[in-house]
Amino acid sequence: MGNTSSMLTQYDIEEVQDHCNHTFSQQEIVSLYQRFCQLDRSGGGFISADEFLSVPEFAVNPLSQRLLKMLYGLNFKEFVAFLSAFSSRATLQQKIEFIFKVYDSDCNGKVAFSDMLDVLRDLTGQFISEQQREQVLTHVLEESGYTKDSLLSISDFMKTLCNSDLKMEVEVPVD
Amino acid sequence: MSSPGKLNSSSSELDLDRPNLEDYLPSGASIQQEPHGKLRLRDLLDISPTLTEAAGAIIDDSFTRCFKSNPPEPWNWNVYLFPLWCFGVVVRYFILFPARVLVLTIGWIIFLSSFIPVHFLLKGHDKLRKNLERCLVELICSFFVASWTGVVKYHGPRPSMRPKQVFVANHTSMIDFIILEQMTAFAVIMQKHPGWVGLLQSTILESVGCIWFNRSEAKDREIVAKKLRDHVLGVDNNPLLIFPEGTCVNNHYTVMFKKGAFELGCSVCPVAIKYNKIFVDAFWNSKKQSFTMHLLQLMTSWAVVCDVWYLEPQNIRPGESPIEFAERVRDIISTRAGLKKVPWDGYLKYSRPSPKHRERKQQSFAESMLRRLEEK
Repeated sequence: MGNTSSMLTQYDIEEVQDHCNHTFSQQEIVSLYQRFCQLDRSGGGFISADEFLSVPEFAVNPLSQRLLKMLYGLNFKEFVAFLSAFSSRATLQQKIEFIFKVYDSDCNGKVAFSDMLDVLRDLTGQFISEQQREQVLTHVLEESGYTKDSLLSISDFMKTLCNSDLKMEVEVPVD
Repeated sequence: MSSPGKLNSSSSELDLDRPNLEDYLPSGASIQQEPHGKLRLRDLLDISPTLTEAAGAIIDDSFTRCFKSNPPEPWNWNVYLFPLWCFGVVVRYFILFPARVLVLTIGWIIFLSSFIPVHFLLKGHDKLRKNLERCLVELICSFFVASWTGVVKYHGPRPSMRPKQVFVANHTSMIDFIILEQMTAFAVIMQKHPGWVGLLQSTILESVGCIWFNRSEAKDREIVAKKLRDHVLGVDNNPLLIFPEGTCVNNHYTVMFKKGAFELGCSVCPVAIKYNKIFVDAFWNSKKQSFTMHLLQLMTSWAVVCDVWYLEPQNIRPGESPIEFAERVRDIISTRAGLKKVPWDGYLKYSRPSPKHRERKQQSFAESMLRRLEEK
């Protein structure tokens, strides 16, 4: 009469908790594990792009392709670490670091004009012309004291975003 | 203030063929009030609403929940209950199951020995033959229901035969059809199945006027649509039953109703079916289980308990589109059977959502961005 959660031992759960800086409770990790197994239909220990896209709410998200690259081949521990930025226990800094990573697609610690343009293109699609996108981006960059050639670092992101109230929280359903 | 003129309005007829997703999903972006004020860098960099939606979908989503077989409530397990449970297993598998197989076999013998002569010998008496075949199909369905000790409670007036009406019901398993069929010989629109079910479909069920199609064949749609129209106009045809969800859902949710049944120009009689899961989960998870295994599971359980409500016929209101009509009927069924509504098309089990949904999100983001750019 056991259920799947019994496959995670107390040690496993604690290890995962350490890995995600205790942003999730033990029960939440058990829930996330059930979800992980549900999505990993082929049972390969990671969730393939196709399996992620079988969730329609994820597939219609404008940033899904970008996130898929970050989610590629993650095992359960890394999967939880990925989601930890969305925990209510995560700090503002962790959340901003996550956003930075989404922008910084080549992982060099710098976000260039082209990176920002790429994200903006994902978000607006065909509804704005490429030229208009560049104009808007250049405009807001210059207003904040940067130029088209500036390379934004994580501290620039902190400075820009720390005053806005980021609502980046997802509740993990626990039964 | 706003400047929609700047947008490429290529997708002006976005999503006209389906209910509005945003009406259902408590997504981050739609809950937040429309941001206003001058556009600044931080507004562009802050992609948290979109990211939150994506993470929310990864952690939990309404679509997957529709097709999840729900595990039975675990018992408060203890040593004293164990012999009792063992006794239950012995009874279910070694007494009930063989008895049920016997009942079903007898049913089939009676059915076949009368159906074959009726079908071939009464060629000249169409009316009589039709009536007899109708009774026989109802009979064999009663045997099927008996083979899982179906405890079915029917509420409301029984369906009557008359032209220009179509019955629609929520769909949990192919046994829905059997349960409805034992009371009234419906003609049903169904996916063509392989194996012995397919054989039954093309021989016996064809005689009650059932129509088959193949989900993946595009040209089948037109043929089926034409057959549907012809069928509802016939005076002596069996009442038509359609499962507009087009796929089995786990009886906790309803997915989008396909509009086909609602644009035939006839009255729509909603039927709500709710299973009680106290002994067995009646959801047929066709990706995990063959129909034979599903039937075996039902036949080795104590009983299948369910309620069927025949609800008041509905007609399309003046000015109402078929999609709005379909949504209204879905509302009626969901309320009666206590199901939650989700906006998804059940066929997404087999395909990816249309890019239109994404474009819609992009459009609203672009509009809001341009509007704020103009603000001072």
